[in-house]
Amino acid sequence: MEANLVDKSVIETGEMVLNMGPQHPSTHGVLRLKIHTDGEIVSQIEPVIGYLHRCFEKHCEKLSYEQIVPFTDRCDYLASMHMDHAYSIAVEKLLDIELPDRVEYIRVIIAELQRIASHLVAVGTFGLDVGAITPFTWTIRDRERVLDLFETLCGARLLYNYIWPGGVSHDLPPKFIERTLDFLDYFDPQIDELNNLLTTNKIFIERTADVGILPPEVGINFGVSGPSLRGSGVNFDLRKNEPYSIYSKFDFDVPVGKGEMGTIGDTWDRYYVRVLEMRESAKIIRQACAELPGGDVHAALPKKIRPNAGEVYGRYESARGDVGFYIMSNGKNIPMRVKMRSPAFCNLSVLSEISEGWMISDVIAILGSLDIVLGEIDR
Amino acid sequence: MTSIFDSLQESLAFLNLDLFMLLSLISLLGGTVIFLVMAVNALVAVYFERKVSAFMQDRLGPMEVGILGFKGGKKFWGGIGQTLADAIKLLTKEDILPKSSDKFLMILAPFIIFSGAFLTFIGLPFAQNIVISDFNIGLFYIVAMSSVGVIGIILAGWSSNNKWSLYGAMRAAAQIISYEIPIGLSLLLVVIVSGSLHLGDIVQWQETNRWFIFHSPFAFLAFFIYFISTVAETNRTPFDIPEAESELVAGWMTEYSGFRWALFFLSEYANMLIVCIVASIVFLGGWLSPLHLINIFPESWYILDGPALGFFWVSLKAVILIFVMMWFRWTFPRLRVDQLMYVCWKVFIPFALANLFFVSLWELIF
Repeated sequence: MEANLVDKSVIETGEMVLNMGPQHPSTHGVLRLKIHTDGEIVSQIEPVIGYLHRCFEKHCEKLSYEQIVPFTDRCDYLASMHMDHAYSIAVEKLLDIELPDRVEYIRVIIAELQRIASHLVAVGTFGLDVGAITPFTWTIRDRERVLDLFETLCGARLLYNYIWPGGVSHDLPPKFIERTLDFLDYFDPQIDELNNLLTTNKIFIERTADVGILPPEVGINFGVSGPSLRGSGVNFDLRKNEPYSIYSKFDFDVPVGKGEMGTIGDTWDRYYVRVLEMRESAKIIRQACAELPGGDVHAALPKKIRPNAGEVYGRYESARGDVGFYIMSNGKNIPMRVKMRSPAFCNLSVLSEISEGWMISDVIAILGSLDIVLGEIDR
Repeated sequence: MTSIFDSLQESLAFLNLDLFMLLSLISLLGGTVIFLVMAVNALVAVYFERKVSAFMQDRLGPMEVGILGFKGGKKFWGGIGQTLADAIKLLTKEDILPKSSDKFLMILAPFIIFSGAFLTFIGLPFAQNIVISDFNIGLFYIVAMSSVGVIGIILAGWSSNNKWSLYGAMRAAAQIISYEIPIGLSLLLVVIVSGSLHLGDIVQWQETNRWFIFHSPFAFLAFFIYFISTVAETNRTPFDIPEAESELVAGWMTEYSGFRWALFFLSEYANMLIVCIVASIVFLGGWLSPLHLINIFPESWYILDGPALGFFWVSLKAVILIFVMMWFRWTFPRLRVDQLMYVCWKVFIPFALANLFFVSLWELIF
């Protein structure tokens, strides 16, 4: 029996194009998604970016090396320290200078605190994307304490301009280490609380497990990196695989997705990897605080940065993944070309691949689990 | 059981009006009372919700706006005038209708939703004898009237000419119509046992026997099916997918602002109050004092159960249920559309039907 209930010649059926963003609560900034939908089912997604383009790379060709640091701050505004650090590492590689131990330790402590702050926003807003509002306010409350620490450090709460090529802008303020350890003691139980409220919630698991599975080979092909790739079970972390700074001195694990609630590489795994990474960051900070050496933080700071002609590529594991700075110098105090590899850009590119066939609600969840920052994608 | 309508008719008889004028006057009075109840409920409930959410989220909530200079200071009741200020803001806001919308339907929709909630109050007792009009099919009337609103939601979503609104409206239609069924089935169980659709009789049955929630394991289950379904019926988290602010911006009310949006808000909170009052009357003994459950108080303490305290008990039970709804909202993530339908059609409805069957057996045996 072939009942043709809908007369297609009279009633026009077709895909609906839904324009999500650039002003939308869940696109994490000014991202625009052109979603082709059949009812609730998504058949095609086209991310449209560029609404936050600020010509970062072109600006770099007009500014001296020191002046670029504040601009890198504004790339990934949720993890500004990581951007500063990544850029500084590339410039130091170009200059070929050795840093005092104290600088390296301070940088590691700050970078891991920043990773905690950034992941807190990531897991909080991910909860918001699937409809849980309370975890967001809790994580923002805890992030606030990290920002308070940073405020005592350099006076700024979001865009720090703290890590400079060759050193850091100021030494640690008095009692900073004590306050950091206090924060960590406070913070560990908060993760358990978050897990109780959100991670192990039945509805949350229903919404995220087995949804938006990113197979490891697809992730690698698209250049996905950071927690989003580790959620697929790929053990790739530049802090371990290609240690920069002094990360080889510390004992920490790289959490990877195990598919505890569903399949390896699902949205839940990508979320949970971030939760586990916060614990690992806390572990690193404790070790670094215990071993912090004395000394001068400005010892290696060059008066004027004028590297020899050449080119360098520095890699760095930021909160979103593998940040790369490619710097070309022609011997002047202004770089000839700066190219930044944006991890969030590559992570976003996989969105249409893994979210086709899911529902609109799932697309929001998948986008949230990729944890993009538009400032970094558009630069 | 008398009603406000009847008693007004008696007490206004001295005016010597003809019947039509008298009935109009009484209807006007009754309507005003309902509107006041709805408005006050929205004001109080919004403030309550803000404070509940604030304390759950480790913040303070509104703390600044007071009434006539009384701010409440830094106490937990600070910012007592916030919702009043919000209401004034909404009423004085510019009224925006999108250019390409269907203006007639868009203006009509909020009033349909509002009337749905408004008309429900007519049959809703707040205590013994405190009911605008006493129907002998009260329960049926309430269930029927509370589903009128969905027409308004569909109209609102369709006429806005916005894809988000359309999605919200389609989701809402599917959701609300589906969840009518478990609600109806759970209430039917009570009707089977008490043998009446009259809310007064249902409470009467509970007075002579016991509260319906303790009637049998099936009635106990039915209460939870009813309560969870009403959370879905009133579009609240974890079933707030028609609004789903992180997905659909604001769902079917995306294009509404100002006074029309205020009407949506008013009806939403009114619906919350309605379903919670129905739950407390039908399952939780209505205006009966819970102190009778434990039975340690002497009979002479009859005052605890009088008509004056009936209103208090109904309100208390309803407020507790409303608090639980808020608790849900600020704790749970949101379900997906298909999961929502799954819960309704594959869990609640089979269980409610089985409940109905077993409770009939129970009635046969006991």
